[in-house]
Amino acid sequence: MVQQRTNPLRKYIRNRKLPHFFCPGCGCGQILNYFLKAVDDLQLDFKKIITIGGVGCTARIPIYLNTDSLHGVHGRTLAWATGIKLYRPDLKVVIFAGDGDLVSIGGNHFLHASRRNLDVTVILVNNFNFAMTGGQVAPTTPFNSVTMTTPYGSKENTIDVCKLAVSAGATYVSRWSTAKPIQTVKSIKKALQHKGFSLVEILSQCPTNFGRYALRTGDPEKVLEWIKNRSISKTKAEKLNEHELKDKFILGEFIDKKRPVFQGTTLFKEEDN
Amino acid sequence: MRRKQVLQGNIIVAKAALAARCNFFAGYPITPSSEIAQFMSRELPRMGYDFIQMEDEIASLGACIGASLSGRKVLTATSGPGFSLMQEHLGMAVMAEIPLVIVNVMRGGPSTGLPTKPSQSDIMQARWGTHGDHPIIALYPAFADEIYSETIRAFNLSEKFWNPVIILLDEVLAKAHEDIELPRKNDIHIYKEKIHRIKDLNIYDREIGENPPRVDFFKGYPIHIDGLEHDKHGWPTSDPETVNKMQTLRMQKIYHYLDEIVKFKEYYMEDAEIMIFSFGVSARSSLAAVKMAREQGIKVGLFQALTIWPFPKIPLKERFKQIKKVLTVELNMGQTKYEIERISLDDVEKKALLRANGIPFTPNEVLDKIREF
Repeated sequence: MVQQRTNPLRKYIRNRKLPHFFCPGCGCGQILNYFLKAVDDLQLDFKKIITIGGVGCTARIPIYLNTDSLHGVHGRTLAWATGIKLYRPDLKVVIFAGDGDLVSIGGNHFLHASRRNLDVTVILVNNFNFAMTGGQVAPTTPFNSVTMTTPYGSKENTIDVCKLAVSAGATYVSRWSTAKPIQTVKSIKKALQHKGFSLVEILSQCPTNFGRYALRTGDPEKVLEWIKNRSISKTKAEKLNEHELKDKFILGEFIDKKRPVFQGTTLFKEEDN
Repeated sequence: MRRKQVLQGNIIVAKAALAARCNFFAGYPITPSSEIAQFMSRELPRMGYDFIQMEDEIASLGACIGASLSGRKVLTATSGPGFSLMQEHLGMAVMAEIPLVIVNVMRGGPSTGLPTKPSQSDIMQARWGTHGDHPIIALYPAFADEIYSETIRAFNLSEKFWNPVIILLDEVLAKAHEDIELPRKNDIHIYKEKIHRIKDLNIYDREIGENPPRVDFFKGYPIHIDGLEHDKHGWPTSDPETVNKMQTLRMQKIYHYLDEIVKFKEYYMEDAEIMIFSFGVSARSSLAAVKMAREQGIKVGLFQALTIWPFPKIPLKERFKQIKKVLTVELNMGQTKYEIERISLDDVEKKALLRANGIPFTPNEVLDKIREF
């Protein structure tokens, strides 16, 4: 007799919301798993976590998590988180955002939350395009890529979200990809334990949209292969010059430091620990 | 006897908000509302609460939504251009049923318009600014004591109906210093809701016309709050039947309680043959004009709307049974004028005194218009 086994991480999922809506081969499911693995390894109290999503494929992750969750308009996740965190500093706030959500429409909020060192964890799923709306160009889409709104190739430079976060004042910043599960889980664990603004950027495959239009393949493996071929570790990257690093994604931890976290303006707050 | 104070309109709003136990303010500086933010930035931190100046008005209302969900009583203040930016989050607050109070100190528009001049041209924006069918409450005080009482009422209504409430304030009233006798603490009524324990996480489950229950968010239940159309659990849905029910629930939570929400004042209306419909600073000019006209023997009265949305349709319809002449006085190119036209029959003679150049009406101008009947 075949013994039925359920994923031990299922206990964190809203079973009634399944099946999820992600496309076959999408990286969001993997990232959901990595996050739950990190929570499970750390034995965090799931009742003390709030997950927030804006609009986009990634932003749907909180709907499946059995936490207090908030899912609203596009790009404003960090604004809500500011209001929540000021009143409930005891809670862990985790934001799931896509590249469009976080740095296109929400770019301003991202800069200022980093500057304030708001004590939240941002899990940025970078799939190089606006996927939920059908594969349009994003600030992270590589130069000359064909998307649904750049039929002749994108003529814009991309944004390096990690560099941006570091210069704006974030205190934990790392970049990994869905092809590096162990490092990603480790990094999410670090981010969850970090006091201050922590950002984990995860390069993820979108076979349905980015794959089909920009890479001319709907095969998730091939999209992942493309990400892998372009990825380079931070230690290796340090030895290369700017020309050699063109079109490369540098993976690794970019900053991990302590800085007082934003605690609001009230005159009755305990000291930062 | 209580001592009279001389206070600026903006400060009266801020003081009333504190009296209503507002304990969070997020805002962005904008003329002519900045004094509210300045006052709150001084008072809230020393009471143990938070003031935050966000990066823009979108984020301001966003932070208010986060704080309100966490259990705070929140206020933000802005003016036309900022109110335009807030429309996105205003819609989310309506959809997810989040209580908050927004003060819009109106200035001339559109765009950056006339930053230091009064205007009453955001009335329709307050009603229909955010997209989609939605219920909204907007209050419109005209005198110093009303600014105080309506601000407190705004908090009470938003807490009771779990809906955003907008306070429309005229630039002249916000900037003018007037004498006011603030009520005693014990004389202020503050709505206190019962906290309902949530069964089965059905946070939006209720009968049509019922007040929404208080949501115990962030207590680890776990609850989902969504800006998408949702079912009784708050989970996204597009099932036509559920959507229909939720739309009706949201509209009816306001329209079942019109008696409580719609407030107005009447002056010299007992034997009036002409009725002036006005609000805010225009109502003050109109009241002076009514007194002048009465001295000349013209039988004219004033209907001053304190609740502008929902529109005082039922009481006005009642007045139109006797009064067959109506004059709308408003500092815009004609907004509530059309509402009056909608609810009055053809046998009512309608005139309007309109202007949007940044200069309020003088009583004499209103009087001249009354004489045109």
